[in-house]
Amino acid sequence: MSRIDPGGVAHVAGGEAGSLYAAGQKVYPKAVHGPVRRAKWAILAACLALYYLVPWLRWDRGAGMPDQAVLVDIANARIFLLWIEIWPQEIYFLTGLLVLAAIGLFAVTSLFGRVWCGFACPQTVWTDLFLWVERRIEGDRNARMRLDAAPTTRGKALRKLAKHAAWLVIAAATGGAWIMYFQDAPTVTRDILTGGASLETYVFFGLFAGTTYTLAGWAREQVCTYMCPWPRFQAAMLDENSLVVSYRGWRGEPRGKAKAAGVGDCVDCRACLHACPTGIDIRDGQQLECIGCGLCIDACDEVMRRLSRPAGLVAFETLANLAASEAATAGIAPGPARQVRGMKARQPVRFSRPRTWLYAGVLGAVAAVMLGAFLLRPTATLAVLRDRAPIFVRLSDGGIRNAYTLKLENRTRPDAALALVLDAPEGFRLVVQDSAADAEARPLLALRQDGITQWRALVTAPAGAGLPESTPVRFRLLDAAGHTVLAERSVFLAPK
Amino acid sequence: MPTKIEKDAVSGTLTTGHEWDGIKELNTPLPKWWLYVFYATIAFAAVWVVLYPALPIQGATGLTGWTARGAIEQEMAEHAERLEPRLAAIRDAAPQEILADPELRNFALAGGRVAFANNCAACHGAGGQGAQGGFPSLADDDWLWGGKLADIRQTIAHGIRNAEDEAARTTMMPRFLADGLLSAAQVNEVAEHVLSLSGRATDAAAARRGAAVFAENCSSCHGNDGRGSRELGAPDLADQIWLYGGDKAAVVQSVSYARAGVMPAWGGRLDPAVVNMLTVYVHSLGGGEPE
Repeated sequence: MSRIDPGGVAHVAGGEAGSLYAAGQKVYPKAVHGPVRRAKWAILAACLALYYLVPWLRWDRGAGMPDQAVLVDIANARIFLLWIEIWPQEIYFLTGLLVLAAIGLFAVTSLFGRVWCGFACPQTVWTDLFLWVERRIEGDRNARMRLDAAPTTRGKALRKLAKHAAWLVIAAATGGAWIMYFQDAPTVTRDILTGGASLETYVFFGLFAGTTYTLAGWAREQVCTYMCPWPRFQAAMLDENSLVVSYRGWRGEPRGKAKAAGVGDCVDCRACLHACPTGIDIRDGQQLECIGCGLCIDACDEVMRRLSRPAGLVAFETLANLAASEAATAGIAPGPARQVRGMKARQPVRFSRPRTWLYAGVLGAVAAVMLGAFLLRPTATLAVLRDRAPIFVRLSDGGIRNAYTLKLENRTRPDAALALVLDAPEGFRLVVQDSAADAEARPLLALRQDGITQWRALVTAPAGAGLPESTPVRFRLLDAAGHTVLAERSVFLAPK
Repeated sequence: MPTKIEKDAVSGTLTTGHEWDGIKELNTPLPKWWLYVFYATIAFAAVWVVLYPALPIQGATGLTGWTARGAIEQEMAEHAERLEPRLAAIRDAAPQEILADPELRNFALAGGRVAFANNCAACHGAGGQGAQGGFPSLADDDWLWGGKLADIRQTIAHGIRNAEDEAARTTMMPRFLADGLLSAAQVNEVAEHVLSLSGRATDAAAARRGAAVFAENCSSCHGNDGRGSRELGAPDLADQIWLYGGDKAAVVQSVSYARAGVMPAWGGRLDPAVVNMLTVYVHSLGGGEPE
């Protein structure tokens, strides 16, 4: 691995000696064609379709409920996800999802390198989209470089204007779609377009549209290199068995002209460098700026095909295989023989490793806990809060009364009324303020659909009952068939 | 310690020219835009200091005139404006009508709870449990002046023995010993009789003698059987609840020197809507009686 360069700052370290700040160097990625590029287009289309279309999916939840399939309803403190409804106190499901996403990211990175960065990260996806627009309007790499170097003319200004206008339209759509996850999509779209939306809506719309335009249009690779924390610690997930975008130096070096004798397969055409969206040279080895998008693979393979050489001079390859190939080809002169020996020395990629099993295990455990918690989540809860001021009330006949606040939370749709009974010693009387009563004169508590109802219960112990300081009691709610639906324990307190 | 800038042998990167005990710092320059963002934050701070109160000087409010106190006052005013329609409805409604409307009832109970904590809890306790020495419990089933909504509202609005309000409930118990109406022996006998009403007499003979004293002096207000009178605010002497203590010494004290608890009138101090909310809230504490 002697070729692996520890540094990766070649393109910014070029500043004049002594300066602690370097002027940015604009990157002009060249369009490439090939399987990696096609995979990137497919993932880009899928991600964008998901992002833009999901808010428009409808889901019938009955009258008075939002009919949007995916909605984070902050005003009403609910998250709607198809048939699932998350209450604020269940926010740990969201936390669990984020934990799953993080561990999933670790697992995928340890297996396949930085595929998240290269293929699915929103920064990559939108930058790719913006680059595509840029290419349509200003042309490919060389045309863009010429255009930027040319003096300002009417044509140049028009092109630039068209590009930024297109970018702003995409950015506005992006910011708008974000808002749609938090408000009803058709309504908020109409409100934004007609000027009827709230100030907050416009602020967040502007915030997300602005960041999309800035980050995908202007900042691009600067986000990955300087702002994003993920490249800084992803090395902890990678090892020599992870697939990473690699230059097979054992095959390419020494570089030289295609027809020269005694040189490797790399013809130093710089196609990989020109295709790179972060402007690095993959031949310098693993480096922080490499987002693992693999576009250099497509670029190099195309050159190799034209030269009738085997593809794969740059490839998704493990560091272990690189080292093995290098060791096997030491001392062999450049040529087909070295290529064959080097490729033969490779071992199948070891996906089954302690590290990957550990990630898979943690992923499975967290997913199992989440699923269990989700399947066992109650659809209704009863909370009993005993009044503390006063702890008890002495009545004129010498009886003792305690008061309780009952909170009935109903997460299901249908309305229902449940009868309340009290499990307590003989003679205790239960009264619920402002409640109806059923045929057996038991308090009947109405459940509100998808909401909380609150009741005040007064429990009276008769005079002379000789009560201890604390008597356990239990409130039970019975359905129409007389089955206990919910139960909650509390205590009845009396003076010493 | 500054040294000369040189090329690092391993990485090929230039050093910054700084050295600490032989450790040299590589120069991996930040992008210029990063520096510009830093300058932009400084410019932002300068603008902020001019527009908003940022200097620790009295009266330095900034050009916008914004203050935290002003912002709170505005929020409070907006909040009051939002509440006003419901408060107006509560102001105009009788307490029974408030209880009949679930929305008004919830609003009144929540508002009453806050108003009670602000105005009433100092004497009557946080949950209306009262306090010894003349501050009655509002959560029990014993009322001096009545526990119906109208009774409670009248008491809150006009107070008890409150000289400043003509509509206040007022009665006076005579000071039987202090004013020479009864002898000390008679006071003792009538106290024994009062204790006997709740089965706690210590001297049966004295209690019997006291019955006659009671019938002559006390029954006009407290009733022949000592069950009290709500028209006169005369407490029930036969139950288990004693506002000033139920032992013999306390009863003797009450007979000898009388008791006259005072409650201020809240009608003039509080919004009528708040009086209505308090009425509904106190009624809900546990002692409220049906109309």
